[in-house]
Amino acid sequence: MEPPLLEARGVSRRFGHVRALDRADFAVYPGEICALIGDNGAGKSTLVKILSGADRPDEGEILLGGAPVKFDSPTAAQTHGIATVYQDLALAAELTPFENLFLGREVVFPGLLGRLGFVNRAAMRRRSVEQFSKLGVRLRSARAPVASLSGGQRQSVAIARAAMWADRVIFMDEPTAALGVVQTQRVIDLIRQVRDQGIAVVLISHNMRQVLEVADRIEVLRLGKRVARFTAAEANVDRLVAAMTSGTMAPAEATQS
Amino acid sequence: MTTTSLQEPDEQPLSVFERWSRILGGGWIFLLLIALCVIFGALRPDQFGSSFNLSMLAVNAAILLVLSVGQTFVIIAAGIDLSVGTVLVFASITSAQVMLLLSGASSGTYGATSGGWGVVAIGLIVALASGAFWGVVNGVLVAVGRIPALIVTLGTFGMALGFAQLLTNGTDIRAVPEVLVDQVGSGTIAGIPVLVVIAIAVAAVGAVVLHLTRFGIHVFAVGSDKEAARRAGINVGRRLITIYTLSGTLAGLAAMMSTARFATTTIGGHAMDNLSTISAVVLGGTSLFGGIGSIAGTLVGVFIPIVLLNGFVILGIPPFWQTVATGAVLIFAVWIDQLKRRSRERS
Repeated sequence: MEPPLLEARGVSRRFGHVRALDRADFAVYPGEICALIGDNGAGKSTLVKILSGADRPDEGEILLGGAPVKFDSPTAAQTHGIATVYQDLALAAELTPFENLFLGREVVFPGLLGRLGFVNRAAMRRRSVEQFSKLGVRLRSARAPVASLSGGQRQSVAIARAAMWADRVIFMDEPTAALGVVQTQRVIDLIRQVRDQGIAVVLISHNMRQVLEVADRIEVLRLGKRVARFTAAEANVDRLVAAMTSGTMAPAEATQS
Repeated sequence: MTTTSLQEPDEQPLSVFERWSRILGGGWIFLLLIALCVIFGALRPDQFGSSFNLSMLAVNAAILLVLSVGQTFVIIAAGIDLSVGTVLVFASITSAQVMLLLSGASSGTYGATSGGWGVVAIGLIVALASGAFWGVVNGVLVAVGRIPALIVTLGTFGMALGFAQLLTNGTDIRAVPEVLVDQVGSGTIAGIPVLVVIAIAVAAVGAVVLHLTRFGIHVFAVGSDKEAARRAGINVGRRLITIYTLSGTLAGLAAMMSTARFATTTIGGHAMDNLSTISAVVLGGTSLFGGIGSIAGTLVGVFIPIVLLNGFVILGIPPFWQTVATGAVLIFAVWIDQLKRRSRERS
């Protein structure tokens, strides 16, 4: 197997007396959808925050392409090609999809106009349309505000934006939690599409069936530690649940704590 | 895999209700303005349609328009600036005092002074700086202090007026350079009043900045969702400070225009400017909740109450009806805004 694209080794994080992470390991490989699962309080969110630059570990190291890195901020992680799709999406609802795709990274005209801050909307719209069609996202209109889109389409815009600026890893926190059946299917298709672009996807989900359907590999956290890793072929709901709740499928080092 | 053929229910064509609320939301206030002009023009063509009357309308709108352009930026960014009118008063007092001093006249002087363009230029710089100062105060308190804009600008509303009164013991300065009053206050360029030219230039630059630049997109983004803007890497605090500073600086420019027009400072005359600008901005389709709006809409919104008042006076209707009518139109405008949002959120 190739070396991991992004890896956490022995990462710990304490909040007062609470050990959110206790020498946790995690790895995601190039071009895969890796599901990160665990019960509430297992440390998933903390781990994702640390790996995406939103929080810093008390100990342990993070390796990107085998080399140790330190992310001081989400922006620092973004410059390394790592992005997060937040559960609340973080889109500006009154702006159009293409303005959201380029928010904070607007395309300006060359020369003097650009130095005065004049934005090239035509270029932004064109590149957005390319991005959406590349990922198979179909919107009612690229000009209507995001607020007029359905929940699934908003999720698609948020994912397309992440995929536009991150070329290595995208973290997605419960991307289908609030969606109906049809929209969920679309977002799952989109997640596969993102992977097929060569971007690794880390999927945080509670939905075991969905995880089994979409993930290439599954890592299980329990009480701040990684207790099990499965390939899609080895996993089934019973084994996942057993690993999440009691750590019984755990490798040798994961003893009860 | 690339495109699924599943149809989502919200991809159906717009309902009749949605289509009408979109049309109404888009340009009804502009149609209302045209209708008012047509009605008053048809009833009293000689008076309402005269070039003198039309140019008076434009002059009356000029100062309010300059203030409203700043207010548009602030409201699109989901803020509010109640201090514009008294910042105008403060800036007019400081600039008039400096101009008086430079003209070598004593503070009790009445009428025109002999100060030249140099004095006026320095006065303008003082006015802009005074306005910008209050804008920075507003912006820093809102962005860094995280105090609600309503409270911050209500506070500076009182403080700016109070300081203006302290500077002059509450009396207006009634001596300003003659060139300012003659050439700017009552002057014309190609038949168009200079005050109107200034206001149009401000509105044009404001529209270009708001709708064509990166800063403009960030104003909309900050007003739409501060957290989303922040996560997209936009320095929200700095944008807010710039926006309030812009509003304050435009109040400083409006102060100079007011001094030029009335040949005196007007301490008592601007207490209602904040509400006038807010209603103009909201009439123009800008959402009080932020994220939506335009300068073109504000231009229309500024003229609605002014045309109403003018028409009522010409028709012999008691002019007090103007405030009643403007209030009713304002409520109607916000109601339409709510309808728009509701129809959009149903999808």
